[in-house]
Amino acid sequence: MKNNLKAWLYLLPAILFLAVFMVYPLIDVCVYSVEENYNFASQQATGIGIDNFRHVLSDPYFVQALKNTFLIVIITVPLSTGFSLLISLGLSSVKKLQNTFQTIYFLPYVTNTLAVGLVFMILFKKTEYTDGMVNLLISWFGGTGVDFIEGPYWAKMFVMCFYTIWVVMPFKILILTSALASVNQDYYKAAKVDGASSFRIFTKITLPMISPTVFYLIITGFIGAFKAYSDEVALFGTNLNAAGMNTIVGYVYDMLYGNSGGYPSYAAAAALILFGIVFTITYINLTVSKKTVQYV
Amino acid sequence: MKVVLENLTKRFASRTEKGKDVIAVNNFNIEIPDGQLIGLLGPSGCGKSTALNLISGLEVPSEGRIFFEDKDVTKLPPEERGVGLVFQNYALYPHLTVEQNIIFPLQNLKGSQKMSKEAMHAKALEVAKLVQIDALMERKPRELSGGQQQRVAIARALVKIPNVLLLDEPLSNLDARLRLQTREELRRIQRETGVTTIFVTHDQEEAMSISDLIIVMKSGVINQVGKPQDVYDEPVNLFVAQFLGTPAINTLEGEIRDGKLYIGDEAVLDLPGKEDRAVYVGIRPEGFVLDPDGPFTCALDRVEVMGRDVSVVFTHEKMQAGRNMRAIIPAESAAGVSGGTVRFTLKPNKVFVFDKESEERV
Repeated sequence: MKNNLKAWLYLLPAILFLAVFMVYPLIDVCVYSVEENYNFASQQATGIGIDNFRHVLSDPYFVQALKNTFLIVIITVPLSTGFSLLISLGLSSVKKLQNTFQTIYFLPYVTNTLAVGLVFMILFKKTEYTDGMVNLLISWFGGTGVDFIEGPYWAKMFVMCFYTIWVVMPFKILILTSALASVNQDYYKAAKVDGASSFRIFTKITLPMISPTVFYLIITGFIGAFKAYSDEVALFGTNLNAAGMNTIVGYVYDMLYGNSGGYPSYAAAAALILFGIVFTITYINLTVSKKTVQYV
Repeated sequence: MKVVLENLTKRFASRTEKGKDVIAVNNFNIEIPDGQLIGLLGPSGCGKSTALNLISGLEVPSEGRIFFEDKDVTKLPPEERGVGLVFQNYALYPHLTVEQNIIFPLQNLKGSQKMSKEAMHAKALEVAKLVQIDALMERKPRELSGGQQQRVAIARALVKIPNVLLLDEPLSNLDARLRLQTREELRRIQRETGVTTIFVTHDQEEAMSISDLIIVMKSGVINQVGKPQDVYDEPVNLFVAQFLGTPAINTLEGEIRDGKLYIGDEAVLDLPGKEDRAVYVGIRPEGFVLDPDGPFTCALDRVEVMGRDVSVVFTHEKMQAGRNMRAIIPAESAAGVSGGTVRFTLKPNKVFVFDKESEERV
């Protein structure tokens, strides 16, 4: 009994911290999400129900945010993982300057998001003085420029995905390069003696060997992409709804603090919907992985 | 298939700019006859594995050529040489089952050699039966014992019916008991398949016990090639004499004077017709005969009983520093050995004399 008390005492700081900053907010979100017509000023609600969810799901801004988020996830996660894998394979097969290349590929990771956003503005934004570098290139090759920041939806989505892929790749390359390096060289030698082609060595040996790492990157990639927000702000500014480039997290933020702010119930409902989506996707990922990922 | 190595040399560039190149394999000239089991023997770091990698094609030689029968394979990549290679750690693909591991080389076949699925399974089962793992086909490598993994590795190397089977320290990851068992097994498999087999080892006992021919290497150079018994009985130099045999050969400093071999002041053996010089004397443990009037006097340390034999441990002022000398003597003749000094006569065919400078046999 005495020991028990001591144990709880030791745990107290962590429990307090977790309770105040994790458990209470979690419960609070759930409570907010079902309080109908909650008024922030008077802290009063008219009743309990699922009206908030109904409102959020029928809000065109939320639907747009949902669509944007899904597009970003579906486009950027496979592409960034695939490109990272290609680059890592390339990196692990060059011997000279490998460290230099690794450093170069890692640079975006240590660069500030907003600074990178600024660079992308220079590359893509049309102003009165210049059309932006990419448009310049397009016109050199005889195409007609397009406003990537304030122009058509597909152009904005392209820049968005391009940016996201560019930002998330360094980390993936780093992880994949070390995973590739940790594969015992004897397997490759054995496969070579066994007469396997490079492609077969990659699909039958390399990929299964690094599959836990690839899987980890896919899961964290999905979760990260679903939570995208700051990258959008860096490119399109804070009024994402006007740009039509809002994301679910952006919508939650707007509901709380944006121009149309002051709706914690809608924010909570949207956040819970996002949680449901991420949970479902992760569950599917885990199920699929049981069949494909090789833990040795 | 006969394997011929001609002036085979492998140099590795030094890691530092100024350092000397490392010569792992130095000017190998050897013909390995068809269908035999060859032990490539040497202390660790002597270039055995490099030699094996050169034959397999994983390493490219700096100089020299390799022939399988009359075909020059020096420039061929490993997959076109038709070799089977068993790695020291077996290198079984951990995510594939035993059967998938064995089939893997067959699936890589191209063109006219391509096999149907049924043929592959049949072939895999055939080699699995040969190495007696046909009951384990659905297991993953991690679910197997070391010895079983070893067999899978051999099966995978054999499934394509290689021209040459190469084994890199095949028994070093097994415990002592299993090692004895597996080396018998290796011998049997080699006999049954008749594939020319070269295996690398640093364990002289292992090499001697199963090889048709052993190649003794030191620092990249072949020191001696021969049947195990011949190499043991007639070592060409001090290194080979010391490397083969357990307990190891006893080495002392001596001198040839007036047609006699002297150790210290005692003339232990007649050596007519040999030039006077300073020498090393190697005496096999079984080369001693207890004799109260023998010419070789030593200080007795202790007697170790081993049952059939006894091992007499003694010292001599001319012996190599840091080691005791050891004689193996039949138990019945060792009665009455105790304390003080012992005297021996030496069996002439168990005494080898090496030049002190060159360490070559005199």
